[in-house]
Amino acid sequence: MLKKARIILAFLVSTQLAGCANLGVKPWERDLLAKDEMALDAEGNDLGLDDHIYFSKEATSGGRAFAGGGCGCN
Amino acid sequence: MQLTSNNQLAKGTKKVANINTALAAATCALLGTSPVVQAEENVWEMDTALLYYGETDRVTAVEGVFSAKKDFGDEHIFSGKFVLDTLTGASATGAVSQPNAQTFTRPSGKGQYEIQGGELPLDDTFRDTRLQLEAQWTQPLWDNMRGSTGVHFSKEYDYLSIAINGSLAKDFNQKNTTVSAGLSLAFDTIDPEGGRPVAFSEMVIDEGQFADEQDYQAAFDATRQKDSDDKSTVDLMFGVTQIINRRMLVQFNYGLSTSDGYHTDPFKVLSVIDDQGLTKSLVYEERPTERTRHSFYWQTKYALDKGVADISYRYATDDWDINSHTIDSRLRFNLTDNTYIQPHFRYYQQGAAEFYQPFLLEGSTLPTFASADYRLGEMTAYTVGLKYGMKMPSGNEWAFRLEYYQQDPKNAGFDAPGALQQLDLYPSLKAVIAQVSYSF
Repeated sequence: MLKKARIILAFLVSTQLAGCANLGVKPWERDLLAKDEMALDAEGNDLGLDDHIYFSKEATSGGRAFAGGGCGCN
Repeated sequence: MQLTSNNQLAKGTKKVANINTALAAATCALLGTSPVVQAEENVWEMDTALLYYGETDRVTAVEGVFSAKKDFGDEHIFSGKFVLDTLTGASATGAVSQPNAQTFTRPSGKGQYEIQGGELPLDDTFRDTRLQLEAQWTQPLWDNMRGSTGVHFSKEYDYLSIAINGSLAKDFNQKNTTVSAGLSLAFDTIDPEGGRPVAFSEMVIDEGQFADEQDYQAAFDATRQKDSDDKSTVDLMFGVTQIINRRMLVQFNYGLSTSDGYHTDPFKVLSVIDDQGLTKSLVYEERPTERTRHSFYWQTKYALDKGVADISYRYATDDWDINSHTIDSRLRFNLTDNTYIQPHFRYYQQGAAEFYQPFLLEGSTLPTFASADYRLGEMTAYTVGLKYGMKMPSGNEWAFRLEYYQQDPKNAGFDAPGALQQLDLYPSLKAVIAQVSYSF
């Protein structure tokens, strides 16, 4: 399983980096990306509260942010 | 015409600065525990939220959040967060339903509770208040490189968690690509009321068999370890953020988390049943002392003409054999320049841990590890919700969120003997989430 995961990771990272050179925008084309709601962590409090709920109720946590530590939540 | 163009240029320049700050902070923040969005220089930005989470017949939680951030100049950003939550209600013990009433000893050893026939055993003694504090500092270091470091503290009656984190992010390709790496170290201590149960020790239930209180207490104490225990967690996270075009950006994270120490839930038990499906005794669960987890997270944000589409997918796998898939989507539609609605849909599916079993069979060999906690079993869950936000003339913003969350545990392939066939061993859990937010 770990080996499989490593292969998937290597593939995704390499394809990402290889494709990066041709992607993107010029500085003056960032008008839409600059909107508050386009930030990856817009609505930070909502995301934090959701993380807490699902951390307490499900067996998986993290992904968007670190998985570990936290609370003894039931 | 010329004036308008100049205005647009000026506005555009400000937005360019904003997006640089936003991407810089966001990339570091995704690695940290405290989100940082773009911050205007030298102005405190405050976000507050009050959340109600209520399960049908089970847990109710109320959680208040206050977060603040400030750019002290040149993208030197501080963010802090204060969270206070209270939890009351009943939590599933892991024991199976029975045709007849069952008596349980409370985790503290002081007192009992009774569960009626046909009902899922829930321990209604949960009552806790938790305080969480976070602080994060992010700043440019050198040559398109940024650093971020933070601390996390969470304390409830029987549990303490302290964590530190640090991350580096570097921009490439005219800041269209950001690569980041982060590390978090967490140390948790647990000291449950009544002590930690000895693995697979039998729950002592006073049914009149003890000569006196002292006899009962001695029997109870024999099932307990009195000292506290701990768990340490190391998280590594690597991320790539890429702007695709004027409307779309994507993020990919790989997370590796290893934890070592006490993973058992001291409040969970397993029913030991006979071939008729009747409970003969209750024993406390035991989980492995190590866990290694991998997560692969993909998020895409797309700017619509009047809104934003935000879709993410996470695949997680670990050496407890729990594999999960999560799809989360938020679609924001701007109703006017100052109001929006945002439907939210989330779907989650997990497989069972290798040591999960809904009960133990009388006379069978005791496994090394076992838990009947349904949260380690097979399940699907979904969330549907709607958020409405409105910006006031002052620039402050109110938002209201209402969601419905349902978990549907599944049978991971266990045959239920006798009486258990007539009982619902995998009941659904239904919860309402309501939240009010105010940003100023």
